[in-house]
Amino acid sequence: MADAKIRIKNLYKIFGNKPDQVMHLVRQGVSKQELLDEHKHVLGLSDINIDIPAKRIHVIMGLSGSGKSTLIRHINRLIEPTDGKVIVDGDDVMEMSSNDLMHFRRFKASMVFQKFALLPHRTVAQNAAYGLTIQGVGEGEAVERSQRWLERVGLGGFEKHFPAQLSGGMQQRVGLARALATDAEILLMDEAFSALDPLIRNDMQGILLDLQKELHKTIVFITHDLDEALRIGDQISILRDGAVIQDGDPQDIIMRPADDYISDFIKDINRGRVIKVSTLMTKAARVSGPKFETTALLEDVLTTLNKSKTDSGAVVDGKGKVVGKITMKDAIQAMARPQRSETGTRYK
Amino acid sequence: MFDFFTEFPDMSRRDLRDFKLAVDGAFRDFSRTNGEAIEAFFDPLLWFLIWLEKLLVATPWPVILIVVGGLAYLGSRSWKLALGSVLSFMLIGYFGMWEDTMSTIALISVATLLCILIGMPLGIWMAKSDRVQSVITPILDVMQTIPIFVYLLPVLMLLGIGKVPGLIAVCVYAMPPMVRLTNLGIRLVDSDVLEAANAFGANDKQKLFGVQIPLALPNIFAGINQTIMMALAMVVIASMIGVRGLGIPVLQAIQNQYLALGFMNGLAIVGLAIIFDRVSQKYGKRLQEHRGGHDHG
Repeated sequence: MADAKIRIKNLYKIFGNKPDQVMHLVRQGVSKQELLDEHKHVLGLSDINIDIPAKRIHVIMGLSGSGKSTLIRHINRLIEPTDGKVIVDGDDVMEMSSNDLMHFRRFKASMVFQKFALLPHRTVAQNAAYGLTIQGVGEGEAVERSQRWLERVGLGGFEKHFPAQLSGGMQQRVGLARALATDAEILLMDEAFSALDPLIRNDMQGILLDLQKELHKTIVFITHDLDEALRIGDQISILRDGAVIQDGDPQDIIMRPADDYISDFIKDINRGRVIKVSTLMTKAARVSGPKFETTALLEDVLTTLNKSKTDSGAVVDGKGKVVGKITMKDAIQAMARPQRSETGTRYK
Repeated sequence: MFDFFTEFPDMSRRDLRDFKLAVDGAFRDFSRTNGEAIEAFFDPLLWFLIWLEKLLVATPWPVILIVVGGLAYLGSRSWKLALGSVLSFMLIGYFGMWEDTMSTIALISVATLLCILIGMPLGIWMAKSDRVQSVITPILDVMQTIPIFVYLLPVLMLLGIGKVPGLIAVCVYAMPPMVRLTNLGIRLVDSDVLEAANAFGANDKQKLFGVQIPLALPNIFAGINQTIMMALAMVVIASMIGVRGLGIPVLQAIQNQYLALGFMNGLAIVGLAIIFDRVSQKYGKRLQEHRGGHDHG
């Protein structure tokens, strides 16, 4: 990918007393279990290679213990790697001096946390302005500049409250406003919505998608929730035991799970609401029947085809030109989940 | 043969005497050559203490009452406590202990200030490094458990009888809780919030003053409170080496079996302790009010 904003290359993280001394064993392919049993070191991340495109939402998904929170902390180097590179706009974050790193964190990458991590002794307005005050902007101006972000996330009128007076969802809006106020191009979100109840989480996802439509930030979003990943992710990397097991867009993951683990993962997904027409269509120039946009969802295709009592429909692009054909048979087949992983593994 | 087991094989009397003489001699020489320099070093402290004492004694009593009431109210926002403080002071004055009380307040104030000025940075330093903590903790243990008269001895040899040795004695005893609780408070700061400060690129100074100290404030305040209490507990001891205040009459009472005098001055110390304690605790609590979840929405 040419426009990768963040490139993670051969990243390893080993936890233990002397990670450098066991690094060569890991390279030789010693398993995570063996490393733990015989060398008392924990393999946190193993040979991670991810290209994160600019101005898109890249989701890193995995269950607890998969290393996803460790991985996101390498991007702004809250955690030092054992080996590897994280290249942002051509600069290796791991090579930065402490001054450069401070500058990077202040101006280039801001972060939203699972447990909000707001300053309890400061008001909502002061919290939202925190990143700016760290940059050296005076308190008054910082509060003024962050004000519009508070309003943008729907917290106008709560400036003088303290975090403890707000609900979880509102606290995380403050967290989001704080991250946006620094105008950093990169937004790191570490399970940002995981601590919220489902309805609020849904709201927050909506707010994030709305914001992204106008802001076009490079967002790295960590989650353990597949529905969330599929809803907001332009790209998804699935992490297991510290290694990436599949990397692709949501359609890829749903249609071509790389292994049984992922098949298992996606079996409870409502496929009708995730799979898009563009994924299923076959190329064709002239087709009769109802017309569908390329982004139309499988669920709507089935309903429309069924109503119109035809067997196939036309797929049109944004300008109304026919680009493909979708048949009832393909649509129904896509609704059934793939049996096992012989459907073509994109990953090594 | 049996002697070996019944009598501990100690060093000979002569060796022991030589050893003691050597230590005493060395320290005497040290205090002879450096005594004046050390005394000069503490002079500013002495001037400050004398100035404050004179100021408090010279200030007309109604003004002091107003200040006491005002400070108590500002600290605690409680009329009851402010009124109680003023009444206690009036009672103390009526029983003829006004001047001694002013002297004691001057001593306690300077001692507490000194303990904060030295103890807080020490506690912060301790919180930053486990090695520093492992060195300072046993020193604090010694400061709190060593019999007071034992460390008074070298102080007296160096500085003689007077206010400064008294002040040092009070501080040695009263500073440890300040150091300990500052260290504890900073170590207990929510690591998530500290990580957020890091993630936004805060430098050490921004982290210390923007996150660590403010979040450690409840513990730091508990430390100040403890320091004040322990300083008050030292008032009588301090009077033995020439510090004026409520301790002197207590000392006289002990020597001459004056029951009433002892109790009056003792209770005056207790009164001061209760006022200082309640006001500083209420103030510490008030600083933390925003942490509660009341007034939701």
